[in-house]
Amino acid sequence: MLVNITRLAMIVLVRLLVGAHPRWVGAEPSFAQSIYFTNHTSHLDTLALWVALPADIRAKTRPVAAKDYWGRGKIKQFIALKVLNAVLIEREVSRHRDPLAPLLAALAAGDSLILFPEGTRKAQAEPSDFKGGLYHLAEAFPQVKLIPVYLDTLHRSMPKGSYLPVPLICTVRFGATLLWHADEHKKAFLTRARAAILHLI
Amino acid sequence: MLTQLANTLEALDPTHKFYWLIGAVAALLLIASIVGWVLKHRLLAKNNPSEKSLKLINNLISRVNAWWVMVAILVIAFLAGKLGTIILFGFISYFALREFMTLTPTRAGDHRTLSLAFFLLIPLHYYLIYTDWYGLFSVLIPVYAFLLMPSISVLAHDTEHFLERAAKIQWGVMVAIYCISHAPALLLLPITNFEGRNTLLLFYFLLIVQLSDVLQYVFGNLFGKTKVAPIVSPNKTLEGLIGGGLSTILVGAGLWWITPFTALQSAGMAAIIVTMGFLGGLVMSAIKRSLGAKDWGNMIEGHGGMLDRMDSVSFAAPVFFHLVRYYFTP
Repeated sequence: MLVNITRLAMIVLVRLLVGAHPRWVGAEPSFAQSIYFTNHTSHLDTLALWVALPADIRAKTRPVAAKDYWGRGKIKQFIALKVLNAVLIEREVSRHRDPLAPLLAALAAGDSLILFPEGTRKAQAEPSDFKGGLYHLAEAFPQVKLIPVYLDTLHRSMPKGSYLPVPLICTVRFGATLLWHADEHKKAFLTRARAAILHLI
Repeated sequence: MLTQLANTLEALDPTHKFYWLIGAVAALLLIASIVGWVLKHRLLAKNNPSEKSLKLINNLISRVNAWWVMVAILVIAFLAGKLGTIILFGFISYFALREFMTLTPTRAGDHRTLSLAFFLLIPLHYYLIYTDWYGLFSVLIPVYAFLLMPSISVLAHDTEHFLERAAKIQWGVMVAIYCISHAPALLLLPITNFEGRNTLLLFYFLLIVQLSDVLQYVFGNLFGKTKVAPIVSPNKTLEGLIGGGLSTILVGAGLWWITPFTALQSAGMAAIIVTMGFLGGLVMSAIKRSLGAKDWGNMIEGHGGMLDRMDSVSFAAPVFFHLVRYYFTP
């Protein structure tokens, strides 16, 4: 009950604030298990992409969020775990655990993911270089669709360090599925993945 | 017979006048919906319907549907009273400013200025209308916001395109907040012998502005040949302007009974609203194009964005407001 009300309130709030209208440029919305990977510029990114997805696809799509931020505090935990059904990961690399383990588990369970391959937020229109996570997930689950997504105005709406957002209309552009080539090197794959997002600008 | 009808209409109490108007608007929309439906079925019955006609008719239908929704929202706000109407226009300004700023290139240094424009200036400005504080309402944005917004931006120490940024922000705030707000500001005018009926005048104003747009569109599509401003606004034609404008002025004259005007004055006011609305459409279209867009947004199906629907309101409202204030208030 509380979860559903919060969820609805967040959807209304995000629509009022940044619109988050979807535009399916390269593909139609699909139920197939997918990894939506996108540029990371603000705190609103996860919410905007999550709101832009059709409701039934949203229900089985889980955002990936940093444990050190979203795992702290009751309210943040409630929003991350209950409302958004997020997968929390450790940002600090440790030798004992595979930081991608929770994501691999979610994919194995059949969930779709929202992923920011850059890792951190940058208030700029173009994404910076990608980290390796996306490659390893794609390698482990080659049948999962890789959908590039571009979020266009959020770096202006809520750049790092700002307290109040500026309401600007964000169009969430979904591109064509990025195909997985088994023989491709990690670096080439990541460059190609980043180019797929740049292509949507 | 005609004088009798005129006397009957004039004698109605404001609430009944309001219901009659809503009824008339609903009847017009119903006719428009039926026309759209018939046209579409006749076109689809043909062997090879042209792509262009189908597109036009589908656009017509989605425009009419959007009108149903807009009229419903407006009527609910009116029935909720002054506060409801002011909140509605506050949101209209908010969405209009959001569209304007989305297309306007600003820099990180403007972030705080813009946040305050949205979350402080809009509520404050509309609060002044709610409390009938005309004096501050009329200078808040042209004087205080004009001086303080660039003062906040300048604290970011970024001189890159500073004048352009400040000017564009001021323009957006003027059009989206200040100009549009002059429509609901009609509610604060103490019009002689018209107490308690200001909502009717607001209804009159909105009806004339929007009817002018609609009739220009209809006449333009039926008889339009000569483009008035092919580069700025390719859909505007001379035939549309004259046919739509004149018929709107006629309707305006016929609606004198919901205004403090005589029939002739009402025709004159309608003529001014039509003219300013037309100019507003042209100017806002030129701004939109200079910012590299065809529509302000896609909020209203078939129409484009909020500003595509409010462009004529933004230019007509302040002029209408001040004419009424100058000639019809003590």
